[in-house]
Amino acid sequence: MPGDNSVGSPPNPRSPIARLRHRRRSAEAVPDDSKTNGGNLLVNDRNKYRSMLVRAYSSIWMIGGFALSIYLGHLCITAMVMVIQIFMAKELFNLLRKAHEDKHLPGFRNLNWHFFFTAMLFVYGRILSQRLVNTVTSDKVLYQLVSSLIKYHMVVCYFLYIAGFMWFILTLKKKMYKYQFGQYAWTHMILFIVFTQSSFFVANIFEGIFWFLLPASLIVINDIAAYIWGFFFGKTPLIKISPKKTWEGFIGASITTIISAFLLANIMGRFKWLTCPRGDLSTGWLDCDPGPLFKPEYYTFPEWLPQWFPWKGISILPVQWHALCLGLFASIIAPFGGFFASGFKRAFKVKDFGDSIPGHGGITDRMDCQMVMAIFAYIYHQSFVVPQSLSVDMIIDQILMNLTLEQQQILFEKLKQVLQDRLVG
Amino acid sequence: MPGDNSVGSPPTPRSPTARLRHRRRSAEALPDVSKANGGDLLVNDRNKYRSMLVRAYSSVWMIGGFALIIYLGHLCITAMVVVIQIFMAKELFNLLRKAHEDKHLPGFRILNWHFFFTAMLFVYGRILSQRLVNTVTSDKVLYKLVSSLIKYHMVVCYFLYIAGFMWFILTLKKKMYKYQFGQYAWTHMILITVFTQSSFFVANIFEGIFWFLLPASLIVINDIAAYICGFFFGKTPLIKISPKKTWEGFIGASVITIISAFLLANIMGRFQWLTCPRGDLSTGWLDCDPGPLFKPEYYTFPEWLPHWFPWKGISILPVQWHALCLGLFSSIIAPFGGFFASGFKRAFKVKDFGDSIPGHGGITDRMDCQMVMAIFAYIYHQSFIVPQSLSVDMIIDQILMNLTLEQQQILFEKLKQVLQDRLVG
Repeated sequence: MPGDNSVGSPPNPRSPIARLRHRRRSAEAVPDDSKTNGGNLLVNDRNKYRSMLVRAYSSIWMIGGFALSIYLGHLCITAMVMVIQIFMAKELFNLLRKAHEDKHLPGFRNLNWHFFFTAMLFVYGRILSQRLVNTVTSDKVLYQLVSSLIKYHMVVCYFLYIAGFMWFILTLKKKMYKYQFGQYAWTHMILFIVFTQSSFFVANIFEGIFWFLLPASLIVINDIAAYIWGFFFGKTPLIKISPKKTWEGFIGASITTIISAFLLANIMGRFKWLTCPRGDLSTGWLDCDPGPLFKPEYYTFPEWLPQWFPWKGISILPVQWHALCLGLFASIIAPFGGFFASGFKRAFKVKDFGDSIPGHGGITDRMDCQMVMAIFAYIYHQSFVVPQSLSVDMIIDQILMNLTLEQQQILFEKLKQVLQDRLVG
Repeated sequence: MPGDNSVGSPPTPRSPTARLRHRRRSAEALPDVSKANGGDLLVNDRNKYRSMLVRAYSSVWMIGGFALIIYLGHLCITAMVVVIQIFMAKELFNLLRKAHEDKHLPGFRILNWHFFFTAMLFVYGRILSQRLVNTVTSDKVLYKLVSSLIKYHMVVCYFLYIAGFMWFILTLKKKMYKYQFGQYAWTHMILITVFTQSSFFVANIFEGIFWFLLPASLIVINDIAAYICGFFFGKTPLIKISPKKTWEGFIGASVITIISAFLLANIMGRFQWLTCPRGDLSTGWLDCDPGPLFKPEYYTFPEWLPHWFPWKGISILPVQWHALCLGLFSSIIAPFGGFFASGFKRAFKVKDFGDSIPGHGGITDRMDCQMVMAIFAYIYHQSFIVPQSLSVDMIIDQILMNLTLEQQQILFEKLKQVLQDRLVG
């Protein structure tokens, strides 16, 4: 959440609606720096309010576009994540290129996009393979085709990567070695970062939009809350890398985020559209048994509350306790993603990663904290939520739904073998 | 397989036996440079033969140590891979450090080792988790402990990584940002490179030592054969990055490697110690049914062969055809790993990655082609040799990781019931 890109600079002209629809997050936290500067308050005040207006305008468009994607469903959100990812990669690829050297290396940029395509095939192939198989189980021919594609998926991706590797070595040019190796390493780092986080996003989406929407919203709320708290109360600087962040903004935002996490989880948990996992790549309406996490439990208030208190009790979804953990992480640790991005920009003397979003900078500027959060949400979900909600019956359902009769028999035999080994040994 | 490190330089003194025991590969391909130079043949001849003697001496020690470790078994080989990996990481961490900057950053080197330890926990935890569980099934308490460790393995690794990430950000120092970010990226690249290849090595080992030994031996044979062919016949240069490689060495080595692959697979395939997979972490003798790949098929020679020909037919293990593919890859594509390392050293003006092995350079110099081969061997094995059953394996993993032994037995009984109903009805 870099803070240096909009103070004093004139607001960028409005970007076309189509581009805005594909962006995601909202205003960053920008504590008021005119208070720390002290002088020339009237001009700073005007700039402060004008920049806030530009940022608010972009934010509304981003949030609106995002809400529309949520309504349209899992595939639409996945498509949105992919588009964001492509733009992020493009911004980052262009960040450290040097025009002078590139003139001597024709076709070198294509290598980046080759590796990008390979990574996309690998990552999305793994995540969506099971669901793709489930989508085509009705048609035998298509099923065979898809199954064999999946079987040889790793080989195909590996050979695409090796082809790129060999192409890189064959195009090494004398006196350009250091630049080329630097670019190669930089490409790998970019792809690693971009695809790790987007694959976790997509994995979360198919577990249930709730597990994608809640963490993302918490980061947005943390950003906006830190901005507002800092705007009104900001005084003590937080960290040297991001000089505009303040402790007041940080602590205020933490409290706001944790409370919102608790409340938002309750609201979101009531919609089957958000809580049901998507087993295949269909786009229709979802119906499922959400599991014990989303069944409300009623707690009655203790006796000593006064008579006039309107609520006799409160119904809490068990998932709200998990949401508290997510909120804690989003407020304390996720901001470090923003600090990392700030430090990186200072190190390489770059003002912003790009300029796609007026008032906010590039897409990477918006996604830096999201990345850290998405990975945590996925790992938290896999470690603490899934085992709780898995029961013998649910696995039996999975087996009956997802496997053919032959596969079920294979599984039965394997399970028998494993259990026999365990009982004997 | 860099070629520039031993021509004309005096041979380095013998290293202690203990260090040599832990190294792996043998002489690189070093086509004769004195023939290319043309002048002062007597001195060059003496140097050529002396350097060959040094390299042969190191190679013999490395191969001997390696053979001993193969005899000792899977765990020992894994330990050897881990040790090699630690030395490789140490060499590479030290490669691009600058002593001047490091003085201002106390404790910065420790961060590298923190990330190294986290990566090791993550990678080996995943590979060995299932086998670890199989080893402790007898003891109920230990089983519970290990199962819960495995369940929270990802969370633990993630938090270790986040702790390192936060530590990095909190230790960013003004005016050192670029160096620190460069080192951070370099650390990540090293760890990805080192751990990707060693995890594939270890995964191969537990599938059966054959799938680790054959690819590694093919790279060694390719190296030695290229050296010898180049030594005697080398004339036309192969590629600009490695000026000492020749086409004669390359083609001769390819032919020899492919033939050796075919023969070696036959020899290695007869030993159950090499072909049986290891299901747990025990060290005892192995006994198993190796599978149809290792059962010899007898082909009789056609009638038109003369009577005095001693062999009436030939018995071929089906795995030998797979070995041909491995041989083809190791002779054509694996050398690019060496070219990459050569180019990298030229780019950063480094003579060798290290100096642990006399006559060969550092450990990374020996491992550069092995890395490319190990990944290919694993992917080949998973795609073409192991019958792939993606969904069944995934569900079995879920069952084994998330349910207790009693729950697994309940599931087994229910599944039996369901399948019986299906077969009847």
